[in-house]
Amino acid sequence: MNMQLSRRQLMKLSGVGAAGSALGAFGFGGAEEAMAQAVRPFKLARATETRNTCPYCSVSCGMILYSLGDRSKNTRSEIFHVEGDPDNPVNRGTLCPKGAGVLDFIRAKTRVKHPMYRAPGAKEFKQVSWDWAMERIARLMKEDRDKNFVVANKDGVTVNRWPTTGFLAGCATSNEAGWLTWKTVRGLGLVLVENQARI
Amino acid sequence: MTNSWTDIKNADLVLIMGGNAAEAHPCGFKWVAEAKAHKGAKLLVVDPRFTRSAAVSDLYCPIRAGTDTAYLLGIINYLLSTGKYHADYVKHFTNAAYIVKDEFAFNAEEGLYSGYNAEKRSYDRASWDYEMGEDGFAVRDMTLEHPRSVFQLLKQHVARYTPEMVERICGSPKEKFLKVCEHVASTGNGEKSMTIMYALGWTQHSYGSQTIRTAAMLQLMLGNMGVPGGGVNALRGHSNVQGLTDIGLLSQSTPGYLGMPRDAEPTLSAHLGNRNFRPLQANQISYWQNYGKFYVSLLKAMYGKAATAENEFGYAWLPKVDLSYDALHQFDLMHQGKINGYVCQGFNPLLSVPNKGKMRAALSKLKFLVSIDPLETETARFWENHGEFNDIDSAKVQTEVFMLPATCFAEDEGSFTNSSRTLNWRWKAADGPGEARTDTVIIADLFLRIRDLYAKEGGAAPEPIMSVDWTYIKPSDPSPDELLREMNGKALVDLKDPADPTKILRRAGEQVDGFAQLRDDGSTMCACWIYSGAYTEAGNLTARRDASDPSGLGVHPKWGFTWPANRRILYNRASADPSGKPWSVKKQYIHWNGSRWVGPDVPDFVPTSAPEKSAGPFIMNPEGVSRLFARKLMAEGPFPEHYEPFESPVTNVLHPKTPTNPAARVFKGDMEVFGGVKDFPYVATTYRLVEHFHYWTKHAKLNAIIQPEFFVEISPELAKEKGVKNGGWVRVFSNRGSVKAKAVVTKRIPVLTVDGKKVHTVGMPIHFGFVGETKKSFGVNTLTPFVGDANTQTPEYKAFLVDIEPLSSGPAIS
Repeated sequence: MNMQLSRRQLMKLSGVGAAGSALGAFGFGGAEEAMAQAVRPFKLARATETRNTCPYCSVSCGMILYSLGDRSKNTRSEIFHVEGDPDNPVNRGTLCPKGAGVLDFIRAKTRVKHPMYRAPGAKEFKQVSWDWAMERIARLMKEDRDKNFVVANKDGVTVNRWPTTGFLAGCATSNEAGWLTWKTVRGLGLVLVENQARI
Repeated sequence: MTNSWTDIKNADLVLIMGGNAAEAHPCGFKWVAEAKAHKGAKLLVVDPRFTRSAAVSDLYCPIRAGTDTAYLLGIINYLLSTGKYHADYVKHFTNAAYIVKDEFAFNAEEGLYSGYNAEKRSYDRASWDYEMGEDGFAVRDMTLEHPRSVFQLLKQHVARYTPEMVERICGSPKEKFLKVCEHVASTGNGEKSMTIMYALGWTQHSYGSQTIRTAAMLQLMLGNMGVPGGGVNALRGHSNVQGLTDIGLLSQSTPGYLGMPRDAEPTLSAHLGNRNFRPLQANQISYWQNYGKFYVSLLKAMYGKAATAENEFGYAWLPKVDLSYDALHQFDLMHQGKINGYVCQGFNPLLSVPNKGKMRAALSKLKFLVSIDPLETETARFWENHGEFNDIDSAKVQTEVFMLPATCFAEDEGSFTNSSRTLNWRWKAADGPGEARTDTVIIADLFLRIRDLYAKEGGAAPEPIMSVDWTYIKPSDPSPDELLREMNGKALVDLKDPADPTKILRRAGEQVDGFAQLRDDGSTMCACWIYSGAYTEAGNLTARRDASDPSGLGVHPKWGFTWPANRRILYNRASADPSGKPWSVKKQYIHWNGSRWVGPDVPDFVPTSAPEKSAGPFIMNPEGVSRLFARKLMAEGPFPEHYEPFESPVTNVLHPKTPTNPAARVFKGDMEVFGGVKDFPYVATTYRLVEHFHYWTKHAKLNAIIQPEFFVEISPELAKEKGVKNGGWVRVFSNRGSVKAKAVVTKRIPVLTVDGKKVHTVGMPIHFGFVGETKKSFGVNTLTPFVGDANTQTPEYKAFLVDIEPLSSGPAIS
């Protein structure tokens, strides 16, 4: 038999096989098949496996994220288990105490879930819509740029810089987000641009 | 890293110094364990603390925090005075033979090089260069005997760093230091190799770059660059700090380490003219001669069709930088009230930039602050009163603050670049919580809204913004796939083969195979030349998952994509001698087979350039060789020199008149709050714990359970002297602030004798703040000084002065 088994199928099959043969040994005969169908498969066997990379240090360990939900429309996937990726040649399936706890970062109570706004002098944040927040930020940035943009320096050299707003880029965002960020901040003329690299 | 995580298994000797890989990079440290178990490799650890790495070492040598340069110069002196270095490698592959200008001098009494300007705290570096010959090439003496040769000048420079002097400065016992030297010297023969692993313990000093240079010089003296199991390996911090650095999100940088335009370079031709990279010897490759091709291809990626030869491909639209806008300078400007708006994308400066008091005052002066982050950071809540942990009157803070929910790593896709320079693609596993959006969607939204405002209303200089190329399939959501393709680059017209114009190398619209196909006439675009080759017509190479390793040397050439050109060990042509033969069969990697350079890795060389042509192995340098003498490239001198941290318990015994880095920049107000040894007698150092990652895992319950609260570590001797009990409360204070902590009394903190004086160390993990699952804390940056390395402006977090006193109870918990 030439059959390609996925990791998931293999787990399911071996699970059923073990249950089935044990029942067979006890002489349950025909009940075997019905029983096999009633055995609750491992939750992992139903999970979607996604290859990702640990977000913490620069060993960048390969990770397998296990989630429930098949990603069809109107369903919401939920990650419930994380393992080191045994195929990754660097970490070979291992994770350290930081990476092993990453599920609690994904589901942390302090995840920001909605755009929040704190007005001048206020003692708390209040929830706002994305549209309101982004419109306000764009307006504040444009006002500052219009007021402080330097087209030419005192020697008349075109310098096109905006020296009064700054941008600190993340270091756990993807390269792709990084390039789009560079394009945006330099496109606007920002010179106060940094990331975590020298801190 | 010049080498890779998996290459560490090829080392015969591992030196961990300025880092603690067992604790901070545990799954990478596994390759040290592999080398020890399977190759019989030895591990040396030099550190102010008996760390987890030290605990499994073969030899541990204590050192006073901040004196690593002196220690390494001491090893180089040992090699030179005993003759135990790789003589052929030094002669042929370094600039040891180059003759230095007569005007260059070092005054050992003063601790200063020629050209110093005390008022400006900087050097005129004109004399720090080679003697040039009439043929237009630099003058050399291949016997290395010329008194002005780099070799002789170096020998003379390091002669002061005797084992006795190392003990006096570093507090490292002479016998242990000499044992370290013997181990290190055993790799200077081509038969064995040593790898050096370092991290923030070397970078976070006011002279960190020079310490790392000294390590590179040491490895060059030993012939350990470009060979398996060798190299100088920076263990980077965040999972993608390598990538974000490669992409140039730093004030002076562009993608691929090209320079931002400067005021002194009004035109593209002026910018390129400053960077001609003319070879300094005959037949040298000097690969940076291609700079213009990379630059024009970047401008084409930035401005698309609007970039034409007539407008110098839009060069004038890019902002020009007039001075260094590094993070320390930015926050100093903010503190002066000169910054109005600030955006933090996954960054928590209130805790990560030194002098929290200054930071809080600086943020309070902003008109608006935007935090784009998966988590609530202390920075986003800087205006909120958290008792003594963040004592602020919210009503007085007029800053508008936005906290925007970003997805986390598990909730978007794209590539990360690890410390080995390998790009690995990641896939999305779930949607983010609530209304969280990906970083790309948030940034695109911001850009498009501002561009629309300019389109509708006009305003200051709309042209640079309107010219940015944004031809993504879905402009509000550029896909990671499109963005990586843009970084790889493509042909904009049919590219003819320069060797045979009847042949087409790439059709218009096709992805280029690599940076060798880029042009400076606008016929190619490429956002990040060093990432060129990552996404070709063959597909997304960062997503490759073939872990095979035919050579068994940990190369894994088909796993992901490693920049540049999928090369896993940099400078690997140097693994063979000038004639192309491996230095030793044991360390064979890349060699000349009579017609080509071959081996398990991509050669770091022109693959068909025969050894007889005498092109040097360090192809990025115009010399073709590596540099023991740095010419004009470092702020404080072409050779490293020992300077004390700005806060030090002792004077500089070599030159008391110049105790600290004479070229380090110190802002007004910061010099005044440096503390002296009279009031603050103990050396403080900061570090990381295996259970935590920076200020991030304190939000994760599991990590908060296993390491729940801030503590400081001191020796039993200091504890006795100060009446501190193990587990009792203490107050630790510097001239900038004060924190309260539980005391851990441990023999892991050695007491050192430095120049006859007893020196105590106070150790502090950094990970705690006032938001998240761990117990509320002050942040160690309450104490740290606001000064950085003279070249990189990386703050001095690893050595400063404090005092400590016992307390009867802890802070009031609100």
